[in-house]
Parts: sequence; C-alpha cells; structure tokens
Amino acid sequence: MSAGVDLQNVSCDFGKFRAVDKANVSIKPGEFFSFLGPSGCGKTTILRMVSGFIDPSEGQIKIGGQDMAGIRPNKRPTALIFQNLALFPLMPVWENISFGLEVRGASKDVRRAKAEELLKLVDLHDSADKAISQLSGGQKQRVAIARALAVEPSVMLLDEPLSALDLKLRQHMRAELRAIQKRTNVTFIYITHDQGEALAMSDRVAVMSQGKIQQISTPQEIYNTPVNGFVASFVGENNIFKGKVKQVDGSKCSFETDAGAFTATLGPAVDASTIARLYVRPEYSKLQAAPAEGANSIPVTVTDISFEGNFIHVHAADKTGRHLTVETRNDGSVTLPAIGSAQYLCFEAATARVLADQGMKDPGIDE
Amino acid sequence: MSELFRRYGHTLTWTFVALTAFWLLLLVILPQLYLLEESFRLYLPLADIGGPKDVYTLANYRSAFEQPTEWKFWLPFAWKPVILPFEAPIRIQVFVHTLVYSTVTTVITLILCYPVAFYLAKVANPRNVPLLFVGLLVPMWVSEILRAFAWFIILAFKGPLNMALVNMGIIDTPIRWITGFNSVTFGLIYVYLLFMLLPIYNAIQSLDTNQIEAAKDLGASSWRTHWRVIIPHSKPGIASGCVMVFMLAAGSILVPTLLASTQSRWFTEIIQQAMFESQDWNTGSAYAFMLLVTCTVFVIGMMRVFRVKLSDIAR
Repeated sequence: MSAGVDLQNVSCDFGKFRAVDKANVSIKPGEFFSFLGPSGCGKTTILRMVSGFIDPSEGQIKIGGQDMAGIRPNKRPTALIFQNLALFPLMPVWENISFGLEVRGASKDVRRAKAEELLKLVDLHDSADKAISQLSGGQKQRVAIARALAVEPSVMLLDEPLSALDLKLRQHMRAELRAIQKRTNVTFIYITHDQGEALAMSDRVAVMSQGKIQQISTPQEIYNTPVNGFVASFVGENNIFKGKVKQVDGSKCSFETDAGAFTATLGPAVDASTIARLYVRPEYSKLQAAPAEGANSIPVTVTDISFEGNFIHVHAADKTGRHLTVETRNDGSVTLPAIGSAQYLCFEAATARVLADQGMKDPGIDE
Repeated sequence: MSELFRRYGHTLTWTFVALTAFWLLLLVILPQLYLLEESFRLYLPLADIGGPKDVYTLANYRSAFEQPTEWKFWLPFAWKPVILPFEAPIRIQVFVHTLVYSTVTTVITLILCYPVAFYLAKVANPRNVPLLFVGLLVPMWVSEILRAFAWFIILAFKGPLNMALVNMGIIDTPIRWITGFNSVTFGLIYVYLLFMLLPIYNAIQSLDTNQIEAAKDLGASSWRTHWRVIIPHSKPGIASGCVMVFMLAAGSILVPTLLASTQSRWFTEIIQQAMFESQDWNTGSAYAFMLLVTCTVFVIGMMRVFRVKLSDIAR
C-alpha cells in the first residue's frame, strides 16, 4: 500500500533562482516525514515536485521505486492536502470526499459508502450531506484528509494544513493526523515552518534552508545534536556566542569568545579555520550565585523574569549586553533571583555545541 | 445610503442620486411607459386622436399574427431553407428566426469564448495577459458599423475569404457566405464576443487555482476538472455572458441590416420599418414589447433550466 519516496540529486530552478539544490532524501514506506524550514526555503517546491505539479530541473524522483519523470499529477499515487485545503465549495461533503472515486468511475452507491466510511475514520459522522461552508475549520481539515485518503494514495503530501487553525485545534489535529497516519500506514510527507509540529509528529525531519537540506534525522537528534548553526537556531532556542576554536581535544574544544573562553563539544566539520558559534540551550543553562566548578561560567545581570507556568524564563545580560536566557522547570520550590542581581550563568561542556555558521544569516540571532 | 453620505458628503451624494434618478425616470421608464400606452392605441389620423375611434385595443399586437405564408425555415449554417409543411404569419416567422439565431449566436459565442477565457485566466503567463487583452480590445474600438461592413467585404462572393480558400485549394468554387442567416450570425458573434468573454474570464479568474490542482491531484482528467470544478464555479459568469449576448443579438439592428442576405430578416427590422418607414409608432411599440417580453421570458426560462439565480448574475 504505502510506498517510499526517493529524491536523488533533485534540483529545481525558477529562472536564475535555485529553489531546491541537490536534494537527496530517502523516505521509507509508512514513515511520517517532515520538511521543516522558514518560508522560501524550497520545502513547498519539493512537495510540488513529488506531487507532479512542478518538474525537477535535474535529478530523479522515485515513488515506490518507480521513476516519476513524465507522469502527470493525476496519474501519480500521491494525494496532496493543500494549505488552504482547496475543498470544492459547490459540492456537498460526501461528493468532495468521493471525487477521486468518481474520477475512477465508481458507482454512486460505492462512492457514498466509501465517503461514509472515511467520515467515520476522521470522526465526522452525519456530515455527508452538509455543504462545505457549514463546516468549521477543524471539520474542513478532516474532510480534506478524508478526500485525500479516498483515493487510497501510497503517499500523502501535506502542505502546512494546520497553519490556518487556532492553537488549541492545531494541537488536537496534530495528534489526530498522527493517529490517522498510524491507522492507515500511508507514507506522510509533511511540510511546515512550525518546529513544534515537525518535532511532535514526525518519525524523521529534514531541516531546509535556502533550497538545501541541512540535516535529516529523528526529531530528538535534530534537537539534541544539530549539525550546524542554522539547524540549532531554527529548531529551539539558544544562547549564542560568536568566537573561534582555539584548541581541539578529542570531541571537546576550547572556544574563545568576547565573553571569555569556554569548553564545548565540537560539532561536525568545525576546526580552527571555520567561522563558528557556540550554542547552548536555555534549559541546559543555569544561574547561580558563584561560578561553577568544572563547568563554563560567565557573570551576568538578571534583566527580566517571565513566568510561563510550567517553565520560568530568566533573561539576563552579560557585560557586552548580549541577551541570554535560562529556562527552569517550575517544580513549585524554585527560588528566583532578583531582577538586577549579579549571577553566574553556567553550562556543561557536553551541552554546549560549537557549530559552523554555514555562511548564512541565521534566524533568531539578534546581534 | 448613510455610508454614501459619510463618504461623499450631502451635495455630491444628492447629485449622484438626482442624476441616476433623472436617467432612469426620464430617459428609461417614462419613454417605455409612453410606448407601452401607445402600443394599445390605434394609429389614427391626427383629427381622430381623442375622438371615439381612439380606444384601447390589442389590434396592434394581433397584427403580428396576420398574413400567413409559406415558412421557409433556415437551419443554422444550411445553404438552403427547409420548407415547413404549414403556413405561419410572416412576422411570427421572422420573430422565431430572430430567437433561434440569437440562441445560435449565444451558443457559438460561448463555445468560442470559454477556452479563450480559461486560457487568459489560468494558463497564460500573467505578464502577457494585458497585452493579450489589448489585442482583444483594439478591434472593439472600431465602430460596430465598420466592423459589420468589414465582415460584409470579407464574406462577399468575390471577397478575400473565398479568394483565399479557392487559392489554397480548400474549396473549388466560391461559397455564397451571405446566404440564410450565416452572415448575420458571423457578424453578431464577432460584434458581441467580448460581452461573453469578459464575464467568463472574471469568473474563472476568481477560482482558486488550488481547486484545479486538487482535482488533478485526485486523478481527474482535464475534461472532468472543467466539468465538475471550473464550469460550476464560473456558471454565474457564463450565465451573464449568455444573457448579455442573447439580449444584444435579439435587439441588434445594425448587424442584421448590414449583413443581411436576401432571406434573413430580423425582428428589429420589422420594428424599425413600422416606426420609421410607416411612422406607425403604435404598431412598432407593440412589436418592440413583444420582443422584450418574449426575450425576458426566454432568458428566465433558460436560467431556470440551468439553475442560475438572478443574484448570481448580479455578482
């Protein structure tokens, strides 16, 4: 049923602009795979190439081992869920869902039965005869999913389908989508710029920037061991120090910055000659009154405290005015430092990573 | 209304309202009412007006149903008429011909315009669309009379069309294009093409391109995508284009006069004859109202058949 998708050296040019540059991905059958990246990074172009609406300028796309070159969108075993869903407003819900079957010449009874069955699957009973305009945002979402599932695709392609929903519904639909994927075992390729969505739902994630795939890995690895500065700063928050690698000692290195020298874990392909930054997550940073023994410490002044309920974010500034954040879990007994107090921000070498800059402007860095 | 006051102020708003009211009342409604009243009165010598002979009557309308003659019916694009086995009043024959050929004009215009509108709205590179539109609009800057005359020259027996076709070896002998209603239909299609194209273009353009892609993605062929997604969406545009072309064609006087063959008579010509040649405004307006009412009923009937609401067209 479900099929794998292979992208081999796939590039796509729009005139002089290279939207996708030599993408190599192998998506396994039945996998929930996400492309994560900022807008304009080429992720939608990849989706449109897989669905057949754009031809790659070079490279090969295979679905279930079969080369897709020259196969039109209406002949591919894919079903696309559009960002705006693109439901047919003039057809009732059940005709929307069974449109793919109508195309294949199924009789009205068969189509109706299939539509009812899929409506049950997406938890929308008794809506078969409703007009699309009568549905709420979440219900439309489900109809779009049912419509795509009706053609029994080997690969489902989803183009940020949750972006139009409000937060609560979005979180609910995440779980729902994941459950539907597990139930149907169809390969899902999911496009999003929302790291939370990508991390929460996917088996694997490809992080993209400027047409290039930066890293393909499981959500945990993407978050815990990003391969470069872009991935680290796009996925999650960081305290960032710019500097130079001074001395390498196995997997550790000494990294010199204007805030002092730190010991940190050396990221891939970084040496003394690369422009690099040190990244440490706010949850691995600690604030204490005295410098820590055997860990990195810098003196900071607490500037602000924001209480988020389950987490507390303490904002601080070092002597250069660099903005740093410490995230603490609220276990009910944390004592917060006073705003304006002098503290030391400490982090372990194992949790700090020195990563190459990739020569691109990273999002989330305010320097 | 209060929105208008707020936006344009009292002076300007009342000016707009007064001008619109003047136009509607004095230039449209009152003349129509005058003609309607006239149509129920007899055409009398001046001395008898207001006298005992001046009564309300249906005589003018009845006159359309007089003079039964043999009916030579011209099928669309036939080169010879079919002689129907019954006689019919001559004016009714012309009336039916007018409705039939207005319909033929509308259908052909629709068939010609839909693909062009679709191409302009969804296929053509948006950068080229303005240029393509200029190409469509420039001929329309020339007056209708000249364009109709141009067709008269093109279609003439010894005209350029026949010459080209004969020289290219497509036909052996020139065709008498100006036969039956052929030339009138050609002319009407050409003259009213844009009235069909623009509303359909607008309708198709407002369709979200994702809908077309969604249909394709679900496996639909181009035909089915048009039939199930694009045409239903553009139905209001198609309907308003059809209504406009039909009404304009049925009410056209220039084209049917200039491009007439010996056999093609248009009902507007009969109205014109009555009004201007016989100076009989009473009969003329009776015929004019016959045409207006019948066309309106016909259009409403067609809208029912194709399930188009008036509010769809007004959009």
